[in-house]
Amino acid sequence: MDVVNQMQRQFVDYSTSLHREGILDDQFTQLQKLQDENSPDFVVEVASLFFEDCEKLINNMARALEQQGVDFKQVDASVHQLKGSSSSIGAVQVKNVCIAFRSFCEAQNREGCLRCLQQVTHEYSLLKNKLQTLFRLEQQILAAGGSIPVIE
Amino acid sequence: MVVETGFSSPRTDAFPAGLRVLVVDDDSTWLKILEKMLKKCFYEVTTCCLAREALNLLRERKNGYDIVISDVNMPDMDGFKLLEHVGLEMDLPVIMMSVDGETRRVMKGVQHGACDYLLKPIRMKELRNIWQHVFRKKIHEVRDIESLEGIESIHITRSGSELFDDGHFLGGEDTTSGRKRKDGDNKHDDKDLGDPSSTKKARVVWTVDLHQKFVKAVNQIGFDKVGPKKILDLMNVPWLTRENVASHLQKYRLYLSRLQKERDIKNSFIGIKHSDPSSKDSNSGAGLHNSMNVIQDNVSNGSFSFSVNNSCVLNVDLKGHEGDVKGISSGPMAESKGTFSIDIPDPPRAKSLQISFDHSLGSVDSVVNLASFSSTDTVQYSWNEIPEIQFKQEYEPLQLENRTNQLPQPGLQHNLLTKYLQPTVSVSPGPSVTEKTATSSGFEVKPMCDKYRNNHIKLSSPTEAVGESHTLNDQVFEPICTTTSSMKSQDIIPNHLTESELSPRNLYDGVGVENLQLCWLQGDCYAMDSGLQGFDCTEYNNPTMIPEMPVHLYDAPRFDHEHLFDPMEYYVIDQGLFA
Repeated sequence: MDVVNQMQRQFVDYSTSLHREGILDDQFTQLQKLQDENSPDFVVEVASLFFEDCEKLINNMARALEQQGVDFKQVDASVHQLKGSSSSIGAVQVKNVCIAFRSFCEAQNREGCLRCLQQVTHEYSLLKNKLQTLFRLEQQILAAGGSIPVIE
Repeated sequence: MVVETGFSSPRTDAFPAGLRVLVVDDDSTWLKILEKMLKKCFYEVTTCCLAREALNLLRERKNGYDIVISDVNMPDMDGFKLLEHVGLEMDLPVIMMSVDGETRRVMKGVQHGACDYLLKPIRMKELRNIWQHVFRKKIHEVRDIESLEGIESIHITRSGSELFDDGHFLGGEDTTSGRKRKDGDNKHDDKDLGDPSSTKKARVVWTVDLHQKFVKAVNQIGFDKVGPKKILDLMNVPWLTRENVASHLQKYRLYLSRLQKERDIKNSFIGIKHSDPSSKDSNSGAGLHNSMNVIQDNVSNGSFSFSVNNSCVLNVDLKGHEGDVKGISSGPMAESKGTFSIDIPDPPRAKSLQISFDHSLGSVDSVVNLASFSSTDTVQYSWNEIPEIQFKQEYEPLQLENRTNQLPQPGLQHNLLTKYLQPTVSVSPGPSVTEKTATSSGFEVKPMCDKYRNNHIKLSSPTEAVGESHTLNDQVFEPICTTTSSMKSQDIIPNHLTESELSPRNLYDGVGVENLQLCWLQGDCYAMDSGLQGFDCTEYNNPTMIPEMPVHLYDAPRFDHEHLFDPMEYYVIDQGLFA
């Protein structure tokens, strides 16, 4: 059980750090609270949907920005969607970049948009890695017979 | 992706548990989260990622849902449009959600009738309380009945009260006003006064026909003096209850006030002068384009031209609704019986519109699926018995703003608030014109036809039409959508403020110019959204005179208009000209 405790502590620390670093916010905690015996993998499922959406949207934006004549409305629409998606999982950094991104879209500033795209991709990748680590920790705890600590 | 959870009646005993919620959001992540949250509240959840699908679901299962939660930004349909549709057709409370919390947007939501506007990320506690909107609606309806009943019993011998002054209220009517007009029809409002939460009120579907009656009644009474009971009595619809009318009236008022606001914004858009539509361009229906040009030209005039010689000036200016049709879902075309199609004449024939109306009397079902029309790219008006509708425009400029014309017939207020109609017609500026021969006399524009038929435009039969005279004369056309020269599909309303002048106020003031904006609150998504905006018809006696009358405007091909109109654009009805 010591191992389990250790893992649980690790999990809590890691989770807390994600919040502290501003990578995740309270929304993520809400999601964790929603998880129950009816949907034991709820958070992982939501995260997967999020990753899918994100990747699709980022690709859309990249493609749109590559065009000769950039359709900023289209880019903006994608950014808006990404903003919405990121708010679903509590991806703060991603959301923040989206806000800046939208201003550049409105200003039809291609350079600015490209920079934001880069940033958003970076933040997204970072988040994905961290979440995957977190989920792995969870799996390890469960595999060892422990339960996931609830973080308030 | 629709996840059906099965339809059951609400577990009223456990209210709010079992509340049947329909969630519409194109974001699959949010859809999943919301579903989970709502289930945790013990609600019955159905999810949907497309607005059209949601509307289909709602239409298929009337009374199958208690409340709708929808995102504002969706790819296939603007959330606000969905909101209006739901409000009009199903009268369900709708909650909007968005990650964008800008005040303007929130205000827009409320203006369109949202009972709440949630900002994402949405918390459980916010969802827990959504049942209050459902409850509130029921309570208000109950209260309405109760108060009316109460008043009736108290004032039974009094006269002069607005509620009872139309003479309909007599001792014979007992206090069960909520039920007195009931019959077995399941459309009736079975109000169980005793227990609002357990009342499963059958929702009244405000068909074109019904709404026509409503508007007619409102106009007859006079907008200022209107009251649910008066309207109800005038409407003479046995199964309709006062509370149905009351709530509909409330919505109608909101709608009008919204229109008015928009009109105010577009003050400069007055004056839709319809020039000779001889210049046809390839735009969807020559007349359309033409009228659009005309409107553009005259936008600054502030005056509407109407032909006054006892003929209806139908100035249908269908603004480019290329994009307007989008609001129309693409369901299968309804069977001819219920199908409404408007044929837009080809440019060369711009002046004449073969309009045949399929008038399925009585067959107009409550909800004509707008969906059924979206697939058609053209609005096909089938005029029955109207081989050719010539449209000439001769009208005198009318100052919209300072109307001094008094409507000869106050009743001429036909609100073609498509909003209140079952949106079924998709009007698209398809250049091709197909003629349809109506099978029955009269014209059936699904959404509007009934209205027209029964209501103001008695075009169904010549004699009738003549007798009524007035079909249009008697009707105040509510400027629902003003067409603007910009022909934008999206913001039809603001753009079409040209018609804004023809706001109900005008109508009610006896102003001559009526903007008949069918459908069009939003300019999109409403049956005639795509364009029928200003409906200007002074008198429809000669159906053949209406080239491109938005079908839904006429009941029967009896138009005597010597005016040009582009059905696809908008209709401006000059009431003042109605003899």
